[in-house]
Amino acid sequence: MNLFVLNGLLALGFSVVLGEFSVSGFAAGFAVGLLALWVTRPLYDDNSYFKRLPRALGLAGYFLYQLLVSNLRVLWDVVTPRQNSRPAIVGVPLAARTDLEITLVANLVSLTPGTLSLDVSDDRRTLYVHVMFMDDIEAVRGAIKDGIERRVLEVLR
Amino acid sequence: MSDVLAAVLMVAGAVFALVAAVGVARLPDLLIRMHAATKAGTLGAGLILLAVAIQGAETGLTLRALAAIFFLLLTAPVSAHLIGRAAYRVGVRLWERTRVDEFETYCRETGRCEAWRQEFQIKSDDAFVKNPNCHPERSEGSLRKTK
Repeated sequence: MNLFVLNGLLALGFSVVLGEFSVSGFAAGFAVGLLALWVTRPLYDDNSYFKRLPRALGLAGYFLYQLLVSNLRVLWDVVTPRQNSRPAIVGVPLAARTDLEITLVANLVSLTPGTLSLDVSDDRRTLYVHVMFMDDIEAVRGAIKDGIERRVLEVLR
Repeated sequence: MSDVLAAVLMVAGAVFALVAAVGVARLPDLLIRMHAATKAGTLGAGLILLAVAIQGAETGLTLRALAAIFFLLLTAPVSAHLIGRAAYRVGVRLWERTRVDEFETYCRETGRCEAWRQEFQIKSDDAFVKNPNCHPERSEGSLRKTK
């Protein structure tokens, strides 16, 4: 995580030197800084940053894709005259353990249309999720576990 | 080029905001309405802000728009979660075509239903046997039935 801060500082320095405070300037600085850090990676104890960054980007991409696709599904259900939703409240067993992990998983589940996290069991091992379109419980569980949760844990662990 | 992109994003954002509003009026129960209200609403506002960020001539404007999107994504799920949770606790009736409610099973087993019944002063003895949600009387009529 320290490398991430360092990379941000490098990007800031890059845009200061260029005298161009813009989003694209910062992004370019970040890319150059990342390259510099990557070249010097034998110097650092903890190299997980180089694995986590692409995973974080992958999570963001996956999330944006889900956001768009399932929003279109909700849109379709709202616009068509019949009620097509098949709602259910499903318990999803959690692999996430710490507060941060559970919060992030629950929030991303809530943000993805079609799923809304309701509550967590007292032993914090089950997340109860309201699903808008449910055909098969196991498929819903699998989609959340394998889609959002796995990716979040890959970034955080 | 960026003009066209911003225009497309803005129209798309407006469409999603409209869908969110129509969804809140049309969908059958509170939890399903929350799906439309929070997600389509967030996406709509997010797209419009993104259009501003793209179109914005100065960096400050772009940064503020991006920051607004960030905080939107940060806060929307929390409020959705809290509203849904509170609604479930006070016994807002779920749509009768709700297929499974595993949370109810858990709540009965752990005595949460009982605790909520006392906390929200809901009077009934066999309440938890028949109804798909924890508290039948409270929810009776509180939600229009939808076929």
